[in-house]
Amino acid sequence: MNNKVINGGKSSKKKKKQGMPMNEKDARIRQHPILKFDRGKKIRFFFKGKPVEGYENETIAMALYANGIRTFSHSFKYHRPRGMFCAIGKCASCLMEVDGIPNVRTCITPIHEGADVRPQGRDSIIAKAGYFLMNHIHMGPGFYYRHFIHPGFLYQFYISILEKFIGPGKYPTKVKNPPKTVKKEVETMEAEIVVIGAGPAGASAAIYAANLGAKVVLIDENRYIGGQLIKQTHKFFGSARHYAGIRGITIAKQFEKEVKSNKNITLMLDSKVVGIYDGNIVGVLQKNRFLRIKPKKLIVTTGAYEKTLVFENNDLPGIMGAGGIQTVMNVFGIKPGNEALIVGAGNVGLILAYQLLQAGVTVKGIVEAMPTVGGYFVHAAKVRRYGIPIYTRHTIVKALGKKYVTGAVIAQLDDKWQPIPGTEKKIKCDLIGISVGLRPANELLLQAGCEMKFVSALGGFIPLRTENNETTVKGVYVAGDLGGVEEASTAIMEGRIAGISAAMSLGYKAPDTEEVLEKIRKDLADLRAGPVGERIRAGIKQVLIEG
Amino acid sequence: MPRDYPFLKRGYATIEEVQKHLPPIERIKKGPVATNECIEEIPCDSCAMICPTKAVEMPTINDVPKVIFDKCIGCTLCLQVCPGLAFFMLDKSKSPEGKTWVTVPHELLPVPKKGDIVKALDRTGKHVTDAKVVMVIKSPKAYGTYLITVEVDDEYANYVRAVLA
Repeated sequence: MNNKVINGGKSSKKKKKQGMPMNEKDARIRQHPILKFDRGKKIRFFFKGKPVEGYENETIAMALYANGIRTFSHSFKYHRPRGMFCAIGKCASCLMEVDGIPNVRTCITPIHEGADVRPQGRDSIIAKAGYFLMNHIHMGPGFYYRHFIHPGFLYQFYISILEKFIGPGKYPTKVKNPPKTVKKEVETMEAEIVVIGAGPAGASAAIYAANLGAKVVLIDENRYIGGQLIKQTHKFFGSARHYAGIRGITIAKQFEKEVKSNKNITLMLDSKVVGIYDGNIVGVLQKNRFLRIKPKKLIVTTGAYEKTLVFENNDLPGIMGAGGIQTVMNVFGIKPGNEALIVGAGNVGLILAYQLLQAGVTVKGIVEAMPTVGGYFVHAAKVRRYGIPIYTRHTIVKALGKKYVTGAVIAQLDDKWQPIPGTEKKIKCDLIGISVGLRPANELLLQAGCEMKFVSALGGFIPLRTENNETTVKGVYVAGDLGGVEEASTAIMEGRIAGISAAMSLGYKAPDTEEVLEKIRKDLADLRAGPVGERIRAGIKQVLIEG
Repeated sequence: MPRDYPFLKRGYATIEEVQKHLPPIERIKKGPVATNECIEEIPCDSCAMICPTKAVEMPTINDVPKVIFDKCIGCTLCLQVCPGLAFFMLDKSKSPEGKTWVTVPHELLPVPKKGDIVKALDRTGKHVTDAKVVMVIKSPKAYGTYLITVEVDDEYANYVRAVLA
């Protein structure tokens, strides 16, 4: 095997072939004004059979990104390049074959020494030629199953030939490093309160319920506590009695300490909840076993994930969700690009622009379709004073580039939200951050049978709930972004309410519990009281039901 | 209350919009004083809560902070804690004639050192003048935010709001 490491030092031609938009040998950030990165020791693994260097605390996709590899696979049908989008295991953009196992979410899968990482889908010259023929000569972008159907008896033959060119590629037949012990029988356990998700809402719920004496099982699919707080390098707004003025990363550490020191909390990290079954039974998939947990009360705090935007070429590698970019640069310390354009001037977009500056990335501008910035003025002022333009009443028309992003075209919008011809502006960039809002990750609640309602102000389908955050399914509580997309401070308050309510319904109570609960409710109402909270207040009114 | 302030369209404030938050020149001559540019009602009260002399007035968490200049002792705690980096400090008590010391929060690399000449930027990012760094503070309360004090001509004192090394 070729022992030369893909880590710079090769000809530029080779780099281009790998999909290397950046000229840097190593995109890892060595100096950062706020963060320090603990990468652990060096590890070597293989990408398409060639050795690549990574670090033990990195995931597969991050290590590839750090080496300038942005194209991970090609799409099933049109052979479009695929890169990373969400970077937290919520989308299907970074799926690759690892050690013979297909569909591995490489953005959240840690590397191990000698891992064999391969793209999915056809990637050979023959496939490319086949795609070219299909696309350009014969029929243009069309679904081949519709064209090769006559005469009918030859259909299977056509497909067998076609699948050599397009499609998912050859399926692997064996797993290279199978886990040593896999328990085949399903274990069943009982719990008083199960909390799904250890972000700000889930951790708060677990801590407050456990402090009242309830036995809590806290489950998260990540290897850490704090959810998306771990990439929030900015200081938090809100009440100084809680977390205002403290950076998100510091809050995450405080949660970790509180959860780990609490004897009433059983922590299950790296555990995926794959379903909620009859009787609110929670199915948990761990590395080598499947668990069935029967809780008396269930608190779901799975948060939200990023929406994307429809525009030409929006699937190119280099176009990422804002949160994805934050993960790449703030969690793993990898420079996500050299020149960035941000779409959406809400708080996330504005904060992202500032964080990109901190990571040494040039921000070319922030595009916002609304006439005003959606985020707090102070966030906008923070980036404006470093000269980053904010284009209000503008939109992105298309992304430029073939293998990865090389630029974008933006245009002004008219009163009917249509781009005004002649106002198009070309912006050179190799990274486009999409921050157009979040939608609740509500799949588990749908399985549980909770009644939902579409509330656009809260981000999508929102569970109906009582003042105690209990849904229409008895014993199932929600908190945080899942119950309406807001921000971490309110998620923490809601988590506390859900935690206390669940514990109280099981009979756990301290003399001052009701007082505490009232106080949290009042603080939460205060946070939402201002003009910024107006939409949220109206939204929550729509999903509130009598308890 | 609709959010249609003109500064939200632009992303920055004009001097007129922050005028009422700027301390009078007599006060600046007496010693360091805080000025805030947090001019939109958002739910945050970190400055009011940390102020040791209760010089930041804020009736409810959603009100715009108002600095009572005569109560302010120039301790810089509000600059350190403000998540919006919207507090600045002005001082003419130690600077030579015709110059003002402006303190800005700074979270970018490289961090300027005392004596460096840096680019002083206004609210829109325009490089208005060069300035000498006279003081650099890093305090644990600020969780990593540096406070950079630069000496600028008086005419720029109300304009310089960021520095670039």
